[in-house]
Amino acid sequence: MPIILDKILLLIIVFAVGGLLCAIAQLLVVRTKISPARILVVFLIAGIFLETIGVFRYIREFAHAGVTVPIIGFGASLAKGAIEGAKQHGFIGAFSGGLTATALGIGIAVVSSFIVTLAFKPKTK
Amino acid sequence: MQAEQIKKRNKRYDKYVEAVSPKTAMLPSLAKSFWVGGLTCVIAQIIFELYTLAFPSVSEQAIIGFTLSTIIIIAVFLTGIGVFDKLGRYAGAGAFLPITGFANAMASAGMEFRSEGLIFGSQVKFFSVVGPVLVNGIVWSTVAGLIHSIINAVVG
Repeated sequence: MPIILDKILLLIIVFAVGGLLCAIAQLLVVRTKISPARILVVFLIAGIFLETIGVFRYIREFAHAGVTVPIIGFGASLAKGAIEGAKQHGFIGAFSGGLTATALGIGIAVVSSFIVTLAFKPKTK
Repeated sequence: MQAEQIKKRNKRYDKYVEAVSPKTAMLPSLAKSFWVGGLTCVIAQIIFELYTLAFPSVSEQAIIGFTLSTIIIIAVFLTGIGVFDKLGRYAGAGAFLPITGFANAMASAGMEFRSEGLIFGSQVKFFSVVGPVLVNGIVWSTVAGLIHSIINAVVG
């Protein structure tokens, strides 16, 4: 029983943290008229920064998918890969590590977008 | 003297722009982003838990990879059938901030420019929105790695 309660608590945390990040981004959209592309970049760099100073690990342990699913988590895993690559292979690893760590996600996104582009016609314009 | 007049005129114009531009009702739009974004993360977490049960011997890092791949495929499919666009209009940042929005940006740009040809339309436009994310991500994560390798070299 307590395991189920733990999981429910975890889902509530995930919902709250993920939702909060999106609400902050939406606040920026509504208030400052910064374009969504810029906001994505800002959150991405925030993730890279937090991973670089070693804080993101603790945030991830607390909020799990609440921070790994928003783009901030993409930045963090890029940085994590680059840092681990640098540890293992020196300077070369700093260049290859980030892409290696995120290769699966980028690969899936490109291939599935390619298939969908072939298979579907846009409905509304 | 003239500079001041221009300043005054600009101020008046700003006020006018503010008055005529449509106001996005703030609190409802924040709430919409909150619940859609939160729900996206919760769905990902549930998929993660199911994969953990199904593949107990696989590392957590790999399971996170499977999970993100799954929600990316779902998002791209929803883009294909035209559902994700509606979600994006409804939820704003709640739809574009999660990694699903990254996938949607790629697929929808590709679909939109299909009529201009597969290579010079769709495939060029794949990266028109996510390009800045990839460029900044690769550049700054490389910087992060270099900083760490310098620290490693200095501290030993």
